[in-house]
Amino acid sequence: MHDHLPAAPIPSSAPAPLPVARILGLGGAGIQAVEQMCRAGLEGAVGIAIHSDARCLASCSLPVKHLLGGHVTRGLKAGDPEMARALAEAEVDALRELGRGADLVVMVAGLGGNTAAGAAPVLARALRETRALVLALVALPFDFEGRRRQTQARAALRELRTAADAVVSLPNQNVVALLDAQTSLTEALRVIDDLLARGVRGLLRLLRRDGLINVDFGDLCHVVRGRQAESRLATAEAAGEHRAREVVEQLAHSPLLDQGRALARADALLVSLTAGPGLALGEVNQVMEQIQRLAARAQVIMGALVDPALDQRLAVTLVASDKTGPAPVATPSAADREVVPEPPEPEPPAGEFPPPADRPGSERVPTRGAASRGQRGGEPGPELELPGHERVGSAEPAASTARPARRRRPQQISLPLEPIARGRFAGTDPTVHQGEDLDRPTYQRRGVTLN
Amino acid sequence: MFDPAPQILVGLEIGTSKVCAVVGEHKPDGSLSILGVGQARSRGVRKGEIVDQTTATEDVRTALAEAEHMADVEIRSVYLGVSGAHLQSFNHRGRHTIPSHDREIMEEDVQDVVRNAKSFTLQADRHVVHVVRQHFIVDGQAGLIDPVGMPGALLEVDVHVVHGLTARLQRPIHVVKNLQIEVENLVFSGIASSLAVLSSPDKRRGVLVMDLGAGITDYVAYADGLIRHTGTLAVGGDHVSADLACGLKVGLGRAEALKCSHGGVHLDPGDEERTLSLPSESGLPDKVVKLGHLRRIMALRLEEIFEIIAEDLEKQNLLDRLRAGVVLCGGGARVPGITELAERVFGLPASVGRTRSLSGLVATLDQPEFATAIGLVKFGSFQTPRTPTQRWRWRLRQTLGHLGSVFRMI
Repeated sequence: MHDHLPAAPIPSSAPAPLPVARILGLGGAGIQAVEQMCRAGLEGAVGIAIHSDARCLASCSLPVKHLLGGHVTRGLKAGDPEMARALAEAEVDALRELGRGADLVVMVAGLGGNTAAGAAPVLARALRETRALVLALVALPFDFEGRRRQTQARAALRELRTAADAVVSLPNQNVVALLDAQTSLTEALRVIDDLLARGVRGLLRLLRRDGLINVDFGDLCHVVRGRQAESRLATAEAAGEHRAREVVEQLAHSPLLDQGRALARADALLVSLTAGPGLALGEVNQVMEQIQRLAARAQVIMGALVDPALDQRLAVTLVASDKTGPAPVATPSAADREVVPEPPEPEPPAGEFPPPADRPGSERVPTRGAASRGQRGGEPGPELELPGHERVGSAEPAASTARPARRRRPQQISLPLEPIARGRFAGTDPTVHQGEDLDRPTYQRRGVTLN
Repeated sequence: MFDPAPQILVGLEIGTSKVCAVVGEHKPDGSLSILGVGQARSRGVRKGEIVDQTTATEDVRTALAEAEHMADVEIRSVYLGVSGAHLQSFNHRGRHTIPSHDREIMEEDVQDVVRNAKSFTLQADRHVVHVVRQHFIVDGQAGLIDPVGMPGALLEVDVHVVHGLTARLQRPIHVVKNLQIEVENLVFSGIASSLAVLSSPDKRRGVLVMDLGAGITDYVAYADGLIRHTGTLAVGGDHVSADLACGLKVGLGRAEALKCSHGGVHLDPGDEERTLSLPSESGLPDKVVKLGHLRRIMALRLEEIFEIIAEDLEKQNLLDRLRAGVVLCGGGARVPGITELAERVFGLPASVGRTRSLSGLVATLDQPEFATAIGLVKFGSFQTPRTPTQRWRWRLRQTLGHLGSVFRMI
């Protein structure tokens, strides 16, 4: 099955142009993350840094930099999100220029920071106007970063959902659960950057390599477009005899996937397996079988590709989208933005960008200023991930930003009909068969709609 | 001493929807006839288990009084049907090495091996309801019914054990004892139902009996004339009603009524859009429900019950040994089209069970709902020894004996 490359869904004249990808770091945290991705090698995508802080930009190793509002702030940071938004709006043409010609823009940001929170939605909108597929990859602040950052991040996330094609969010607080208390903060931040980086790398690999079973740009669009609600991106890698099992286990416990809960909620799933030439049919089968069991509701698109560089390792990249999330609050401009991606215009294939290792300044050790560190924070709260809360949020944004939601109560949302279903069976042991509560109506559990 | 009077046997089923008592007469010639039946609506039972002792006691009293009145007898003891999700079953094998020189199997060896088969450990809070003897195995040769007199070195026997939580089993016993009535024996309702509706040829060919009750579905699988597997699934007619109440957005009582009047699992092509108009209760506009929805909700639930049971039997490797097919009883067997649904899911012929080989009030009782109560009477008739002396000895043993019972087939 040797299709030609990630074919953009349009006839193209050039010899199978690769989709052009840009990785864009916005704000201190975003830049840090993108730098780390580039250091590890990014399949030819180019990294771009955008910030309102000239000092941070100066010390950054990315090849393309853009200073937001230099003439207003003189390179000192934007003081609050509203200011950052105003600066971004003022420079929207320049921002659009950054995305020109790209098919896919991955925007990485820590929404706790002022610049990111204010500029991200504007930037996403601007980039989408260039007909690129905009995937926002955002980190949400730790709980300890305080209420203000949290509400700010939540508001920005909500806005971003209507502006970008897909938003993949990683609440930093989820990562805390993975690390023990002794882990240094630097290490924790590095882990978060690494999680983001692995996700992006897997995504690029998926789009740029010729697959045995091909997944292409069109498939990605299919999975994420129109599903602004909830997209997750995760990768896992394992080697050794039981790599197929381990890799799925890693995914099932990935904080990017809410410890696997996001899989159960997903209704569209793109899975790509990459391994060395020794990839066995049995392994593909095993991985897919397990993933399909985890994501019973989802429509699964799968791809497999062989990358000799991986040797004995098996990597799985997964994009999960949940359409049932909050309906996008469509602004008039958001509505006409649903465009099929154009074929890449004559534009240097991303592969021709200089390999990141050659860049000057790549040796720079991440020394985060207090400011950039703060950028990752706010305090989102994992509850941001719950569709129920978001539904409340999108309905009345003002009220929800002020709401001190702290606890995660995922059960409440999925069982609205519990009182009726339980009625007759109150006081009895629930009848559970293979994890299914048989006291709930069969038609509900099987998703049969009555109309 | 020589008491020619027929033996009175009473079966009592405390079900989820009704309490049913059946009075039978076991004549010395071995024939069984039904003298009376008493029923009461059951209020204190959910999913086959008593949740409210007080109301359950009242209902049992009503049912027994009615049965006494109809049969004109005084009820002193009953065979009590039990069910519930806590009941579990397993097969166990007992071994015995033949000690005699000539290696001929004696009656004592059979007793020993059966005793060995019964020595298994259960969790402390569980109690045995039945130990059903299956076949004997002599030196690896399986399928023997009577090994006495055969030469052999190693005698084995398989038994099927049904056990449940002691605390839960005691609930119905308490209810009955509160009414100053003795419990002769506890019987798993599924086994009782199967006794009522099956003939020996059916059992030999292999058959599955499903009792689709209001609160719980009991099932028993026979192959080669022996009980191979029993099980319960705490899903029944109440679940169907609850599903309908939820899906059609009507009250539970109305859902129940709709189920009885318009229920079914099959939908004619033209009926998809047919609507049923329900009279309003309080001046509100009439409620309209679609027949298609009703039928689909019911079909999905019943199909799921069958699928779960089929899966369980498949795991036991029994599905292809059921050559006589599936027999349905209990209130659920009245659902139009249910046999076709069972045939489709199990891939076996299905029928609604009829109570056989009885005389007396046959016409009244030949309904699937009565299978368990009638089966309990039949169980009693198997248990009762024929001669008076045996009967006295047996009485004594019963009084001294324990809750568990040995239930021998054939």
